[in-house]
Amino acid sequence: MFESSADAMPPTITACHECDLLNHVPVLAPGTTARCTRCNGVLYRNPKDCLDRTLALAFASLALYLVAVTFPFLAFGSGGNVVETSLLTGVRDLHRQGLDLLAAVVLITSVIAPAAVIFCYMYLLLPLKRGRSPVYVQPVYRALRAITPWNMIEVFLLGILVALVKLAGMAEVIPGIAVWSFAILIITLASASSNFEPAVYWNEVERCR
Amino acid sequence: MPATARETNLLGCHDCGLVSRNVDGHDHLICPRCNADLHMRKPNSIHRTWALVIAACIFYLPANLLPITHTTSLGHVQSDTIMSGVLYFISHGDWPLALVIFTASVAVPLLKLVVLIFLLISVQRKSAWRNRDRTVLYRFTEAVGRWSMVDVFVVTILVALVKLGALANIDAGLGAVYFALVVIITIFAAESFDPRLIWDPEEEDHDARH
Repeated sequence: MFESSADAMPPTITACHECDLLNHVPVLAPGTTARCTRCNGVLYRNPKDCLDRTLALAFASLALYLVAVTFPFLAFGSGGNVVETSLLTGVRDLHRQGLDLLAAVVLITSVIAPAAVIFCYMYLLLPLKRGRSPVYVQPVYRALRAITPWNMIEVFLLGILVALVKLAGMAEVIPGIAVWSFAILIITLASASSNFEPAVYWNEVERCR
Repeated sequence: MPATARETNLLGCHDCGLVSRNVDGHDHLICPRCNADLHMRKPNSIHRTWALVIAACIFYLPANLLPITHTTSLGHVQSDTIMSGVLYFISHGDWPLALVIFTASVAVPLLKLVVLIFLLISVQRKSAWRNRDRTVLYRFTEAVGRWSMVDVFVVTILVALVKLGALANIDAGLGAVYFALVVIITIFAAESFDPRLIWDPEEEDHDARH
């Protein structure tokens, strides 16, 4: 068994990921979407200025992320007994209880994955701004694709809301500045992802090579 | 009749979307643009998905039967499972929240497993029944799975916050570990299923008629 590179076809030919039908997609006008003629799955889209938007949103996300991990997250208590927590407190406590697997799952999905996604966008897009293609464009691009589904910060926010309701009767919960940053980070990172369009990105990389 | 990539010996890349021609004599192809492995169909998709679905079904039991939290309050310890958490919200009249937790923690994982088993059996029987609807079902299953993680995060936040000494203290239970495993395994199961298998019988049927 040995590795070999397949022969590239023109980028106007697309195979649907969901049903494998070959579709001819002309160069898409900005703001339009191409769908498969058989199963209606999205083939690709061309949002306006999509790569610039992803890069800008990645920078915004980085600032929000740094605030979210370093500033007070939630405080909880009654009377003089107040517990202040950061985003990482829960992970540390699970680890102390010996539930390392659970701690790792939470750490990856709510702390490591978002940071990795932000890093990948910056690495992939910043050099293009100066007309160069990133040195490790292929592995970093594939890493981004692999990591993205494990970034679950929006689910974490729902978890915060549920926990708040659960604790409402027990004592007062005080949201810190990190919670608000975290909530906005969900929006900026989701828009960065939805603006990052593979077909448009790779065209740009080919142009810079 | 439009052709599929497989019929024309072409491969679409899962990562960057580039379509390439299969070079004869090579069993391990990589994408010329992004270097990802190329597969005509995901390798051993059906067996791999079955194995993961069965593993998830097994872990589903301890995930629901074992407590996910132990609450200590004034010397009294109360253990809660996922279902008792849902019942707690119902008893407090908090229907919307009970519904959110029930959907995310009980209904979604169970439905996901049922849908995957249904898709696997229908593909193995080479069914041609409502291909488009089955593809939509798959797409939906793949998209909603992540929301099941919500209970794991709720437990994490409760453990971090509720440390009021003798007054109140919450520890995570083993059920939460099994539950996280179920969610992760079903995410991998949905990922290892190849939805193009749903459409393959149509193509084979078409070949047979010519």
